[in-house]
Amino acid sequence: METSNNVTSYFGLDQENQKLMEENKLLRKMLFNNTAGDSMVLDSVQRTYTINTGKVIKNSFANPRNYITINKGKKDSVRPDMGVITSKGILGIVENTSNHFATVQSILNDKSNINAKIKNTDHFGSLVWDMKRYNVVQLVDIPRLVPLTIGDTIVTGGMSSIFPEGIPIGTIQKFDLNTSKSFYSIDVFLFNDMTNIKNVYIVNNEYRKEVQELENLTETDDK
Amino acid sequence: MISNPYFLNVVRFALLVLVQVLVFNRLNFFGFINPMVYILFLYWYPIKENRAAFIGLGFLLGIAIDFFSDNMAIHAASTITIAYMRPAIMRFVFGVNFEFQSFKLSNTTRVQQITFLALLIVVHHLVFFTLEIFSLANFLLILKKVFATGIATLILCLLFGSLFSVRKE
Repeated sequence: METSNNVTSYFGLDQENQKLMEENKLLRKMLFNNTAGDSMVLDSVQRTYTINTGKVIKNSFANPRNYITINKGKKDSVRPDMGVITSKGILGIVENTSNHFATVQSILNDKSNINAKIKNTDHFGSLVWDMKRYNVVQLVDIPRLVPLTIGDTIVTGGMSSIFPEGIPIGTIQKFDLNTSKSFYSIDVFLFNDMTNIKNVYIVNNEYRKEVQELENLTETDDK
Repeated sequence: MISNPYFLNVVRFALLVLVQVLVFNRLNFFGFINPMVYILFLYWYPIKENRAAFIGLGFLLGIAIDFFSDNMAIHAASTITIAYMRPAIMRFVFGVNFEFQSFKLSNTTRVQQITFLALLIVVHHLVFFTLEIFSLANFLLILKKVFATGIATLILCLLFGSLFSVRKE
């Protein structure tokens, strides 16, 4: 599987190069316009998120439950429930790992359920997929009092402890009230072209375990 | 050797599995249409053969496709269903003619052949997508996928059929 992937990966090199160049450009712009200077402290105590890189070796988007395989696994300290993103936006969550590989539950998956919000507000909802189109996902449970416009950007919310807050997802394509008429059901057009993905970043939240332990403690106390 | 039916079926089996997993499983036409041309194996398979062996072969064919497609043996389940139902479908399409010793698929009319193939495809796809999506709340989605993929499969199977047709002498 690796060999065949090595061969086929040459065909997309041009496009991938382009994508990485664009991202480098963005990062450089941020670096040069950084008004805070170079005094940003980055020691291991303050670091919340660590990033690892990987490559997609198998992608799927035509099934109701899609999984993506990447070439990083336990040996690269990839563990289940880490977030996976690309330079353009969110991709999925690590489901299982072996020594050298990991499978990622794509956002194009019936079971996927990710906390997301409307950019520059704190109105949050759940990101799900209705299994119909590979470039559109649904954001549900946004209350009807929220003002929406077609074209608004949707980003990840800060409540999942998997993704950092503000990772881009897509733009609003269409919105309707759901059957109970109290919440919106929003069609989100993805920034990522899910059919054409190669380089990914694996995001690890160093505090996820701590947050979860605390929340579990509170829940057991409640019972 | 080429006319040996066992040899012919083994080659057909291997080639159909290869063409399915290497080409058609990656087609993603319109984002979701992956035609399943391996159904042709069950369409072409000799009629007078042992039924248990035929169902067994159907299962092997399905599981062989499943090994390469990362799903839970739903190809095997749907292929074994049509292997089981093939005599009933043939009796429905060809009538009592089907019972005679002299019956041959190439002697039937074109319409009968296409109906037979189409029925195999519809039953197969219905079982396949019902199991794949596995929720009746999405019944319309199942129908849409059956319809779209079914049309694509039928067209490709007819093309393959005419490409590798048995010589009529």
